[in-house]
Amino acid sequence: MITRRLFLGSDRLVLGFIVVIVVLGILVPVLHLALPESHAFHVPTYLVALSGKYLCFALLALALDLVWGFCGILSLGHGAFFGLGGYAMGMYLMRNIGTRGVYGHPVLPDFMVFLNWEQLPWYWHGFDHFWFAALMVVLVPGLLAFIFGWFAFSSRVTGVYLSIITQAMTFALMLAFFRNDMGFGGNNGLTDFKDLLGYSIQSPGVRAGLFAASALALAGALALCSAIVRSKLGKVLVAVRDAESRTRFLGYRVEHVKLFAFTVSAMLAGIAGALYVPQVGIINPGEFAPANSIEIVVWTAIGGRGTLAGPVLGAVLVNVGKSYFTAALPELWLFALGALFVGVTLFLPKGIVGTARAALAVRRERRRLAGCGQGQGGGEGPALPAASAQLAE
Amino acid sequence: MSEAKTRSLLYLDGVTVSFDGFKALNALSVVIEPGEMRAIIGPNGAGKTTMMDVITGKTQPDEGTLFFEDEIDLSKRDEVDIAQLGIGRKFQKPTVFEQHSVRDNLELALSAPRGVFATLFARRSAEQDGRIEEVLATIRLGAKRDALAGSLSHGEKQWLEIGMLLAQDPKLLLIDEPAAGMTDAETAETARLLKEISKTRSVIVVEHDMVFVRALGVKVTVLHEGSVLAEGSLDHVSADPKVVEVYLGR
Repeated sequence: MITRRLFLGSDRLVLGFIVVIVVLGILVPVLHLALPESHAFHVPTYLVALSGKYLCFALLALALDLVWGFCGILSLGHGAFFGLGGYAMGMYLMRNIGTRGVYGHPVLPDFMVFLNWEQLPWYWHGFDHFWFAALMVVLVPGLLAFIFGWFAFSSRVTGVYLSIITQAMTFALMLAFFRNDMGFGGNNGLTDFKDLLGYSIQSPGVRAGLFAASALALAGALALCSAIVRSKLGKVLVAVRDAESRTRFLGYRVEHVKLFAFTVSAMLAGIAGALYVPQVGIINPGEFAPANSIEIVVWTAIGGRGTLAGPVLGAVLVNVGKSYFTAALPELWLFALGALFVGVTLFLPKGIVGTARAALAVRRERRRLAGCGQGQGGGEGPALPAASAQLAE
Repeated sequence: MSEAKTRSLLYLDGVTVSFDGFKALNALSVVIEPGEMRAIIGPNGAGKTTMMDVITGKTQPDEGTLFFEDEIDLSKRDEVDIAQLGIGRKFQKPTVFEQHSVRDNLELALSAPRGVFATLFARRSAEQDGRIEEVLATIRLGAKRDALAGSLSHGEKQWLEIGMLLAQDPKLLLIDEPAAGMTDAETAETARLLKEISKTRSVIVVEHDMVFVRALGVKVTVLHEGSVLAEGSLDHVSADPKVVEVYLGR
């Protein structure tokens, strides 16, 4: 029933993306683990980690699309939720280093020993359990988004002002996390991870598993977002985006609708961050940098906002480009990114998927008109009975 | 005072709203009875839209009392509460959800639980489909049910918005300048539509177009500088020298 609800009626592109991502999620780990390194189809370790990272970015862009593309909330601070999810996972990984740290302390992570801390701060408790950390991965970003959104949306902060305060939020978090006494490792962040669920984080099995988990998370999030968007609430989201006060005068609590989308989106971003950290091996306050959050917006815009599939595509394409450029022509990357954004804004305002869709719709319409001759287009339809009687209840 | 309030649908007494010292509404008193259709006219700046804003909770009154169905104090409620109480509002500029189909616009407006999770898990019932068809027939947009609202003409958008108010199933409809920017044929059609609606519920229409007001043929309230200048039939108020001076004579 629920699965039917999740998949039936998804638009074909989103459905296609889900299938491709699930297939990749199975195929890549199998090719990585089962084939010998000399085999032509063996997927090397670096490629597994790199593409796993892309999947996390895709999930992050998808999360942004839910609030920006469908509800019109341009968040310039989604990196904050990604970072918090990442830190929650990082804390679990730190606690699991145990005595293998440089200082060999059984409980305290290295940076705390270095800072002469005597005991674990209260908020580090519980993170030695995976289930607790996994819960925090969604709860912490979700709670921040809920509280932040509660104040912002009920004070009716909208548009560019909202964008600015989301940016300020991630900037404030960055400054806070840079401080050593916050207890999150200062500007070095958290790193030197050893184990995940008891297995070495560098082992091929864990790498493959993380890739599969990222693919599964992305596919699941696509299905979830697609179900939300197709529900009546999804129509209300678009209504809020396009005519907020009309929606309010119809009796919908616009601030609650926004709060829902914002919180769900933040939780998805948190999951993306949590999957990202073990694959890159580090989390530091740089993830909260405002520029990172703006980059998410660029991915989403390039792929096509309000399409779900578009941001996934945009995130992967831009990051593949980034990997290539930063290796081949490192000093040109920022120019390329800027040019890409300007180019897309000017020539593809609906992004890749949006533009392709519009072109397809035009073609279909043309064919339909050519097919059925003059058709019934325009003017009055068949006369309908005046409905005074039907109106009475 | 409680006697004066009985059996009114909407009761405004001494409502004053000022913006930086300018009194947009100055001790305005209006009573609308159940089932009544009322036209509100007045020159620019007479306070017509501010009156709508006060009734729908967009603006808080500085003074005065404001009751719906005799006992619900509207001055303590916000827009969403008031909408859910059964007061629908049509904006001056037609405002529909342009990216949704005509059907979906009506579906969103249809009276139903408005909570986030109720909406998330809502399934459309056959009964709701029937209601949507009724409204589509009333506003004569049945043939365009699948068209995007953004592709409708100006007049059709106005009707769709009125249809959305109907789907909301309100007790009172506030309609701001429905005939603005319409052709003569569309204006006549709109008058017909409003008359039909007023058979089952109360309607307040704010309008500039005198031909349209005449076509409605209802009691008229003339506003001037935030208070009532005259009230009665259109012929009665147009004969009033004060009205002629501030409004019709120009």
